[in-house]
Amino acid sequence: MSYQIVEKKEIASSVHMMKIKAPDVAKAAKAGQFIILRIDETSERVPLTIADFDSNEGTVTIIYQEMGKTTKQLAKMSASEELQDFVGPLGTPADVRKLGTVILVGGGVGIAPVYPQVKAYREAGNKVISVIGARNESLLILEDEMREASDELHVATDDGSKGHHGFVTDVVKNILDSGEKVARIVVIGPPILMKVAAGMTEPYGVETIVSLNPIMIDGTGMCGGCRVSVGGETKFACVDGPEFDAHKVDFNLLMSRLALYRSEESKCQENHDHKCTCRGEH
Amino acid sequence: MADRQAMPLQDPKERAQNFDEVALGYTDEMALAEASRCLECKSPKCVDGCPVNIDIPGFIARIKSEDFDGAIGTIKLTNALPAVCGRVCPQEVQCEELCVLAKKGEPVAIGRLERFCADYERRKGVTPPVQPESTGKKVAIIGAGPAGLTAAADLAKKGHEVTIFESLHDTGGVLTYGIPEFRLPKAIVKEEVEYIKQLGVDVKVDYVIGKIKTLDELRNEYDAVFLGTGAGLPKFMGIEGENLNGVYSANEFLTRVNLMKAYQFPNYDTPIKRGKNVIVVGGGNVAMDAARSALRLGADEVSIVYRRGEDELPARKEEIENAKEEGIVFRLLTNPTRILEGENMTVNGVECIKMELGEPDESGRRSPVAVEGSEHVINADIVIIAIGTSPNPMIFSGSEGLETNSRGTIVVDDSGKTSLDNVYAGGDAVTGAATVISAMGAGKVAAKAINEYLSN
Ligand SMILES: Cc1cc2nc3c(=O)[nH]c(=O)nc-3n(C[C@H](O)[C@H](O)[C@H](O)COP(=O)(O)OP(=O)(O)OC[C@H]3O[C@@H](n4cnc5c(N)ncnc54)[C@H](O)[C@@H]3O)c2cc1C
Ligand SMILES: Cc1cc2nc3c(=O)[nH]c(=O)nc-3n(C[C@H](O)[C@H](O)[C@H](O)COP(=O)(O)OP(=O)(O)OC[C@H]3O[C@@H](n4cnc5c(N)ncnc54)[C@H](O)[C@@H]3O)c2cc1C
Ligand code: SF4
Ligand code: SF4
Ligand code: FES
Repeated sequence: MSYQIVEKKEIASSVHMMKIKAPDVAKAAKAGQFIILRIDETSERVPLTIADFDSNEGTVTIIYQEMGKTTKQLAKMSASEELQDFVGPLGTPADVRKLGTVILVGGGVGIAPVYPQVKAYREAGNKVISVIGARNESLLILEDEMREASDELHVATDDGSKGHHGFVTDVVKNILDSGEKVARIVVIGPPILMKVAAGMTEPYGVETIVSLNPIMIDGTGMCGGCRVSVGGETKFACVDGPEFDAHKVDFNLLMSRLALYRSEESKCQENHDHKCTCRGEH
Repeated sequence: MADRQAMPLQDPKERAQNFDEVALGYTDEMALAEASRCLECKSPKCVDGCPVNIDIPGFIARIKSEDFDGAIGTIKLTNALPAVCGRVCPQEVQCEELCVLAKKGEPVAIGRLERFCADYERRKGVTPPVQPESTGKKVAIIGAGPAGLTAAADLAKKGHEVTIFESLHDTGGVLTYGIPEFRLPKAIVKEEVEYIKQLGVDVKVDYVIGKIKTLDELRNEYDAVFLGTGAGLPKFMGIEGENLNGVYSANEFLTRVNLMKAYQFPNYDTPIKRGKNVIVVGGGNVAMDAARSALRLGADEVSIVYRRGEDELPARKEEIENAKEEGIVFRLLTNPTRILEGENMTVNGVECIKMELGEPDESGRRSPVAVEGSEHVINADIVIIAIGTSPNPMIFSGSEGLETNSRGTIVVDDSGKTSLDNVYAGGDAVTGAATVISAMGAGKVAAKAINEYLSN
């Protein structure tokens, strides 16, 4: 099979948006789900959250950050090129219901998966307060889209180049302290952010949901590579999740498992760079 | 009578370093010599032992008269995947177990002869099949493993429009992601799938039923549906330390190696941890495949840890022997009790306990009991859990009224029909983890029933 890239844009430094032609996936997609793609025969299977979808157009939008070999290779591709594989929608959809006031928190590239949820929670009749953050202004993505979709938008940057000088968790804490009655908080971002957020919200007793991103292969429950520990129980994030109760997740285990292939990943990247220079490409 | 012809094998020392096929196959002379041992029994018992009832004396007689084309033709009347079955069938408990010569311990090497015929045809080039006239009936097959592929082939031959939906990016099911290259070259699986495509079957990969479309939707779009979704959900033991870095399910380990070609890393991007001391828990074919793969990835020592004894090992005898020759250590009557944690949540050894076989239980099997105080630690940095799988439940979301039993397998009648009107099932999804040939047999039975259903 092959799946055409119909649009491609760099939306922040090293962060890219791609629209992929995949009509069947677009038709079935729901907020909170993800896809797995493979660029070509020798590629890894890489999971990415569905950032948007259009069933009329038959397209699915993904937003990714250049991390290692695959995402860098993907970043070099342009519209009209094709991906060999694009499987989805995978994972259990987000449990979006009318709850009252909901805070949606996106950190870094985690803003991308939060975006469809903002729309879904709003459509379900909630008051949506969004809090987005990044290391600095140039890494901040989807600010306009998020402002448009939310009832209220707060921005934070680590270096203070935009919005609150500090972490998104500070902003969320301020909202909770202000006495606003919040029914649920959804946090998506780097594991360390989700861990800190979970610790911060716990004393407030507000339901907090995170979307976990362990290393995956098949994404269909077949390998168990994506196992995470939630409330002392082992779960497969690709089918039981990716969303879980933040207060029950063992984040240390998640972070250590994410680092498992660090030495191999750099080798793969070197091998790729080496090949490229030899052939004089790029 | 001549002795049973041995299978020529790659040298154990050499093959432990590569992923090339271990068994090299019979030469013409060996095949003729082996065929000459068959008595061409009037009521051949061997045929009863074959789940798809190949006319065994029939094809062997043709080998004897050097009519190899006739021989493969005879096999293909009932078996669509002879190159696969000849390699991986557990012959010693099927056709060869019932061969009259088995009593003297030397049954005709039926599987090896079957492989010989299939390889002969592959070398020569398979004649593409003619597509039959369409009946206009549409059948959806879920899963491109042996059950699904067989059902698809049989239904396409009857002129039905068949579409296979497969969730992975490649076809073959366990033949592709589970059984390693050194036992079943992937080129063979690819050729078999090509043949099925030439019959007019449309194969859609990257298509997860239950997610992209539900079974209920497919039932409306197609006249009949066959579920060949296998038993792909890995079981873990539930012991301490099982989520540590370096603990794999056999499915993950083998999927990385086979489907993703991690043994060719970094030319293929998917990595795998190449352990120094690898422990594989379990005693079946899956455990043997994982252990032998780990060895080929460069481990210093690989051991099989199994809670029962040698006689109870469920793996094929041939593969146990091959594994031993390659230097796999067998720690029998041993059971892991916990996985020890090293730096950064990695594996640092496995604590095991000795077992002894107790009194036979109701089923007559002697169950293992732990020997108190026999705990000991085995050095390990990688642990692979190969204690079984259960049916993948993905298919059940959006399949209103599909009956399953307590083990999660799909309930069917003798014809492979499920509790739903136009839905049939077969293979590991129905039986739990079994064999390639039984999955194919089930695919055949269901295809026949589906054809009858569609003809009414
Ligand atoms: C459900 C899910 C949704 C995700 N959504 C997004 C998203 O919307 N946008 C985005 O930028 N990233 C997302 N990720 C993370 C993304 O999959 C990884 O960044 C990507 O796989 C890195 O691949 P690489 O080859 O470029 O880098 P590598 O050099 O291979 O790895 C860099 C880091 O990425 C992680 N990683 C590597 N391989 C995998 C894998 N197969 N599965 C998961 N993580 C892996 C590891 O922590 C690793 O250290 C998601 C992950 C999951 C599991
Ligand atoms: C490592 C290993 C070694 C083995 N060795 C031997 C051996 O030597 N001899 C032997 O006879 N048997 C052996 N077996 C057992 C044998 O491979 C299986 O019994 C056989 O493959 C079952 O066939 P199947 O078609 O029922 O299922 P599978 O081969 O499991 O195929 C099922 C297919 O369905 C797909 N699927 C599942 N759910 C969905 C869904 N919702 N939508 C779309 N597609 C889906 C899966 O991705 C898969 O490709 C071995 C098994 C393993 C794991
Ligand atoms: S298919 Fe398997 S059981 Fe049947 S004859 Fe061939 S090897 Fe024997
Ligand atoms: S039982 Fe043995 S000897 Fe008799 S026909 Fe079968 S293979 Fe030949
Ligand atoms: S990715 Fe394989 S089980 Fe989740």
